[in-house]
Amino acid sequence: MPTALLVYDVARLDEKLLLDRMRRLFDRVELLHLPSAVLEFTSRGGLVGADIAVQRSISFYRAVTSTAALEAQGLRVVNTSHAILVSGDKAVSTGLLVRNRVPVPETLLAYGLESTVKAASLLGYPVVVKPVQGSWGRLLALARDEEELRAIVEHREYMGALYRVQYVQEYVRKPGRDIRATCIGDSVPAAIYRVSGSWITNTARGGRAEPARVTPEMEDLTLRACKALGVEVGGVDIVEHPEKGLLVLEVNAVPEYKNVMRVTGVDVAREIAEYLYGEAKR
Amino acid sequence: MPQLRCPVCGLPVEVPDDALPGELYEHECGATLELYETGNGLSLRVFEGLEEDWGE
Ligand SMILES: Nc1ncnc2c1ncn2[C@@H]1O[C@H](COP(=O)(O)OP(=O)(O)OP(=O)(O)O)[C@@H](O)[C@H]1O
Ligand SMILES: [Zn+2]
Repeated sequence: MPTALLVYDVARLDEKLLLDRMRRLFDRVELLHLPSAVLEFTSRGGLVGADIAVQRSISFYRAVTSTAALEAQGLRVVNTSHAILVSGDKAVSTGLLVRNRVPVPETLLAYGLESTVKAASLLGYPVVVKPVQGSWGRLLALARDEEELRAIVEHREYMGALYRVQYVQEYVRKPGRDIRATCIGDSVPAAIYRVSGSWITNTARGGRAEPARVTPEMEDLTLRACKALGVEVGGVDIVEHPEKGLLVLEVNAVPEYKNVMRVTGVDVAREIAEYLYGEAKR
Repeated sequence: MPQLRCPVCGLPVEVPDDALPGELYEHECGATLELYETGNGLSLRVFEGLEEDWGE
């Protein structure tokens, strides 16, 4: 009978639901609470015995590093450290999405103030400027003209090397909402609209979740985005462009699903547990 | 679950029996507390927070 390991730091509702569903399937589910853990790279086998692990850390750096250490011990972790690493960087993931012909908004990179201004003039205002790492809609900025753009970039220049990489993107005139589609292996069991009066629709920032029908186009795009990054269980942020149709903004390799479960009624936690179970028995 | 106390104000904290390490509690004194495994049962400490959070 397979056993599993749940790797996490904060036990939110998402993690508790997943643990509950995992306990119904697996013989044994161990917890690895990262704030209290010591992880070894060099002892093979012995340390962590499980057929599969699932990564649920809410910190990007903890997720990548702890997954890497567990993989070093021969453990199969969902998602892989590589998938977490590449999806955690907007420049790296955009590159992989484009190479795999996944449609994304027009995007440019620039490293200095004048070159960022030039990038924006190539795209045309308004533009969205994002740091290549970080989340929850933090430090996402909309520049309606050159003056606003200069103020944003000048401010970021003081924030350290990571913030001197400017990811400049066309502003997509969404219909007051965007889409979060959940992929689990080869299926897309659920999707929601995140509706908001503001252009930043993240539920953590006050957006409202509503159920969305998974259209064939949405399903295809979601699966191709996850495949491109090697993500097995993920949340894909999609926007509806008035002319270009569905475009992928990013893929989250440690997706939250409690809102998806609440508004769609789909038991995403159970589907993840079933996927893990199937993988553990391989 | 034995009675747990807030490390900040010393007053008791209501923790359910099926609580997991990593659960957070907003205590009435204003502290955010994290349940953790001591090797000898569960205890509470002040949650350190996470700087580079990601999520929805
Ligand atoms: N180019 C864009 N045009 C219009 N809206 C955008 C654009 N890029 C991002 N947004 C909006 O900004 C919000 C956050 O975007 P994004 O997903 O890039 O940031 P994030 O903080 O990494 O998000 P998440 O919390 O989902 O990981 C979303 O509501 C999204 O619709
Ligand atoms: Zn207290």
